[in-house]
Amino acid sequence: MTAPNAFSKYPDAKGLFGEYGGRYVAETLMPNILALEAAYEAYKADPAFVKDFDDFSRDFVGRPSPLYFAERLTEAFGGADIWFKRDELNHTGAHKINNCLGQVLLARLMGKTRIIAETGAGQHGVATATVAARFGIPCEVFMGATDVERQKPNVFRMKLLGAKVHAVTSGRGTLKDAMNEALRDWVTNPDDTFYVIGTVAGPHPYPAMVRDFQSVIGREARAQMLDRIGRLPDAAVACIGGGSNAMGLFHPFLEDESVRLIGVEAAGKGVDTPDHAASLNGGRPGILHGNRTYLLQDEDGQILEGHSISAGLDYPGIGPEHAFLHDVGRAEYRHATDAEALEMFQLCSSLEGIIPALEPAHALARVRDLATELGKGKTILMNMCGRGDKDVFSVASALGVEL
Amino acid sequence: MTRISDTFARLKDQGQAGFVAYVMAGDPDADTTLEMMHGLAEAGADVIELGAPFTDPMADGPPIQRAALRALKSGMTLKGVLGLVARFRETNADTPVVIMGYANPFHAMGWEAFVDAAAKAGADGVICVDLPPEEDAGLREPMERAGLSLIRLATPTTDDGRLPEVVRNTSGFVYYVSTTGVTGAAAGETAVVGAAVDRVREASGLPVAVGFGVKTQERAREIGRVADAVVVGSAIVDELAQQGVAAALELASGLAKAAHDAR
Repeated sequence: MTAPNAFSKYPDAKGLFGEYGGRYVAETLMPNILALEAAYEAYKADPAFVKDFDDFSRDFVGRPSPLYFAERLTEAFGGADIWFKRDELNHTGAHKINNCLGQVLLARLMGKTRIIAETGAGQHGVATATVAARFGIPCEVFMGATDVERQKPNVFRMKLLGAKVHAVTSGRGTLKDAMNEALRDWVTNPDDTFYVIGTVAGPHPYPAMVRDFQSVIGREARAQMLDRIGRLPDAAVACIGGGSNAMGLFHPFLEDESVRLIGVEAAGKGVDTPDHAASLNGGRPGILHGNRTYLLQDEDGQILEGHSISAGLDYPGIGPEHAFLHDVGRAEYRHATDAEALEMFQLCSSLEGIIPALEPAHALARVRDLATELGKGKTILMNMCGRGDKDVFSVASALGVEL
Repeated sequence: MTRISDTFARLKDQGQAGFVAYVMAGDPDADTTLEMMHGLAEAGADVIELGAPFTDPMADGPPIQRAALRALKSGMTLKGVLGLVARFRETNADTPVVIMGYANPFHAMGWEAFVDAAAKAGADGVICVDLPPEEDAGLREPMERAGLSLIRLATPTTDDGRLPEVVRNTSGFVYYVSTTGVTGAAAGETAVVGAAVDRVREASGLPVAVGFGVKTQERAREIGRVADAVVVGSAIVDELAQQGVAAALELASGLAKAAHDAR
């Protein structure tokens, strides 16, 4: 074991993770951001708030999620033991709901009467609409018009859950435009509205707050690993779009320096092509959506669209804490292509009886290499952050199968 | 003295509210923007706000969003924006030009390099929408050294506790956003705006320009009675896109007169 580090102490009082993060928002929003920070600081350690979060996590979300030994994939890859943290078994089918639950509980305590959220593929929108429905708070979801067209089942789910879905036509009608539009709504309705951001990005305190709510993943997994194998894993692996499931997995392990932390970005058609969403591997630091972080951008500082077969990963930025962990070297960031994700999607389905979402299928592609790299007797923990039911149509179409 | 403070001093002597006109650089192309800048100065604009296009203008409504996309499509870059300022200065030495945009393109050029280039081109100030006082040291310090004004936005949500921080280290004028919302939204109540302007003027000791939601001469007159200057952006940008340069300048001329004659 190496000496404990201080990586988990971030962000600082200004919301900075090293030189990343911060509060880059229009003045109209600054008072809101500061009020949110004060409320979050006040409630996060409040026993009543923590109890509500824990109770609803257990009874509504279905936590703790199991830790599962992926025996046949371990055998197929022929190296280290592979374990899955089964966050795809959560209510609504992904890790997203952990964060929505925390933020909506906070919104209630702050007396907010209206919830807004952005969504890409619709997973965060569905999770937000689900929790908002449970607590009877009106919910409006901003979704790029292109995504509304591509993700009709999720649009219908949100409507069933009582949410209003706005098809965003500004820009190119994708996730970043949905986030712009949600920010515009919040600028327009700063008093009554709570903006539930879906990932560990945005202005402070969102990156820290979302991470804290998602850290339930890593806390459970760490205890479960100790319980099951009597020691910590040698590596923890998760896919990264904005990076919320990865940050939730990594954070409780930050000071366990024997545990390698590996994030897997979406390489789309390849990081050496224009069509990828790998902000760390193919971008550079800039300012967008309230924080300074690595971004896909051109020479002039204009933001580029990310591309990935997985709509949950094609965001042109990444959470600022990942940018920090990347620069200081505490976490490693690799990438996987669309083709690799498709291959893993099928392999995991047929070998483990688990249809993974395309997002964690990216992580699995690097778990395969890592299994050999580490070798037998070592242990890899991977967060299975979502299930693949939502992806069967796009996978079928990518494989040329007509449904 | 700077071009901006000279301008506001002159307006004060004349007992007039000023007129600040916004145009997006490169919408629909650089030459048209240059024509608009000269035309706006002739039409009575006391200050020109030159928009630097950005792919993700989070605080702007549809008119400016569309203008930014048109500008980017025409190939406009931040270097191009500064080039326009330099070309404007070849024949106009007096009208202040303030560059209005978002942080990332400035950051991508490098704060210092951007400020140097802006000063060299003949710009007078910068408004950076998503750079609140807490985050603007990187831009502010080189601007102070170069003698350029960093113009901050104050909004209805900026309370008394926060206002001193917002107006500290600012110069030129303060841009008061008259309503919570994006550019081009509905305007706030005049009496409420008037009280807010007084509050911001007192806290800053600077002239206060009011924008967001001013579209008509009537509205420009109302705002001109309570503010030191009236800012119009979306209306001019939309008119330019739909009716062309002559119509946009005619609109601007009417708005300028309304602001100048408000008191």
